[in-house]
Amino acid sequence: MAKVIEISSLSLGFERDKQLLTVLEDLNLAVEKGEFISIVGPSGVGKSTLLRVLAGLTSAFTGDVNVLIEKSKDKRPFSMVFQEARLLPWRKVLHNIMLGLEGLPLDKAHKEKRASDALQLVDLTDCADRWPHELSGGQRQRIGIARALAVEPDLLLMDEPFGALDAITRQGLQDELLRIWRETGKSILFVTHDIDEAVYLADRVLLLAGSPAHVTTEYNIEVPRPRQRDGAELVKLISEIRTGLSDSYSYGAGI
Amino acid sequence: MSKAKAITLSVVGLLAFLSIWEGFSRSGVVKQTLVPPPSSVPTALISEIELGFWQEMVMASLSHYSVGLLIGSVLGILFGVSMALMPRMAASLAWTVRILRPIPPLAWIPFAIIWFGVNETSAAFIISIGIFWINYFAALTAVQAVDKDLIEVAKAFGHRTAYARLTKVILPAALPGILGGLRTGLGQGWMTVIAAELFGIPGIGQRMIEASGLLATDVVILYMFTIGALYGVTDYLFVQVQERLLAWQK
Repeated sequence: MAKVIEISSLSLGFERDKQLLTVLEDLNLAVEKGEFISIVGPSGVGKSTLLRVLAGLTSAFTGDVNVLIEKSKDKRPFSMVFQEARLLPWRKVLHNIMLGLEGLPLDKAHKEKRASDALQLVDLTDCADRWPHELSGGQRQRIGIARALAVEPDLLLMDEPFGALDAITRQGLQDELLRIWRETGKSILFVTHDIDEAVYLADRVLLLAGSPAHVTTEYNIEVPRPRQRDGAELVKLISEIRTGLSDSYSYGAGI
Repeated sequence: MSKAKAITLSVVGLLAFLSIWEGFSRSGVVKQTLVPPPSSVPTALISEIELGFWQEMVMASLSHYSVGLLIGSVLGILFGVSMALMPRMAASLAWTVRILRPIPPLAWIPFAIIWFGVNETSAAFIISIGIFWINYFAALTAVQAVDKDLIEVAKAFGHRTAYARLTKVILPAALPGILGGLRTGLGQGWMTVIAAELFGIPGIGQRMIEASGLLATDVVILYMFTIGALYGVTDYLFVQVQERLLAWQK
């Protein structure tokens, strides 16, 4: 398989009370095309920070982030799904999805086409003309996913996207995400604090721990899909990762 | 409450207010010149229209009002938004603003007359001052309150220039607050328009002073009603536009 993204010796810190706090140190990560990676780790360890670096929301890092795929003017290499949908409330759904397309050299019809395709992918075509406040929490999050997909990213960054939803909606969206992933072949970097979710979704689960943080353990989830949420193989992996995670708390990371 | 019911109630309330007033005025407790009955207003209106005063004064006041409103609102919003976006500039002007802010628009009358003379420009200047501050603070607060998360979203989706940030997020997000300021200014403007005309610039205010000098209190009441009606119409029209612009709100 071809690599899409290669992150090498990424370090990042920020100043607090005149002291330099290193958050991430010497982090290496390669993402293959079409790969689904989950990242778990203690809260405050820097999982979101990693995504923020890739999304271009922070530039205070050293190291290399290489996009190994041919650059294309009408796409963006990365796009982000946030924990809260963060839709722009003054834009109707379709217009919200077009946000990322607006800087790209595409004509209006093409942008609308891309947005409605993304909307169809999350199965909410009926909602194109609605205001965000008219949608349920789960629907809003799906629009957030559509907005990220519309720019056809090489790597989709998801920062605890289902963390604020109720259990049933969350499971529904997890399956929906797997379907979208299968249909689009996108590479996904999925940050979560929910180990069950991480294991159920991913090809690979990375444990980010330590202070400063780096990838301490890597778990390959070689369980064929569709997976049984409570199947013996998953349960075993989940418990293994849970042990790894609780060990990492005592490892000295912030709680 | 249904819309029809709300309208009915507001009409009933207004009629009750006018009836009590009418009754009191006719009861003879006080002289009718002191509290003229509302029923005297139509007669006063007809005579003022026949004399040509009413149209002339309304047009004059409307013109002061519109010019003052336009200048005050545009500058107020412009400065408010800019200050919110430039914290350093805001900090350096903080005390200047504090000192200028509490000066009532009417306190500028002497300077208005010295600078511009007793004319329309003076009236527009005085009106614009009050409106400026209202819009300045409304826009400043609205922009400062914009959800930083949404600015971040725009950034994550490639909108990295200050201009893109402004047009994609800040202005639309601040619009409800800015419109709120505009609406307050709409009312404030009518209050100052009359006061600004009291010192001799032709308009409703000046005509009211003339009438009260002649104890033609029915004419004074007529112009009070006129101001009320003009404000009512402007405010109503504004709310129609506002509702359209803010249809995205719950």
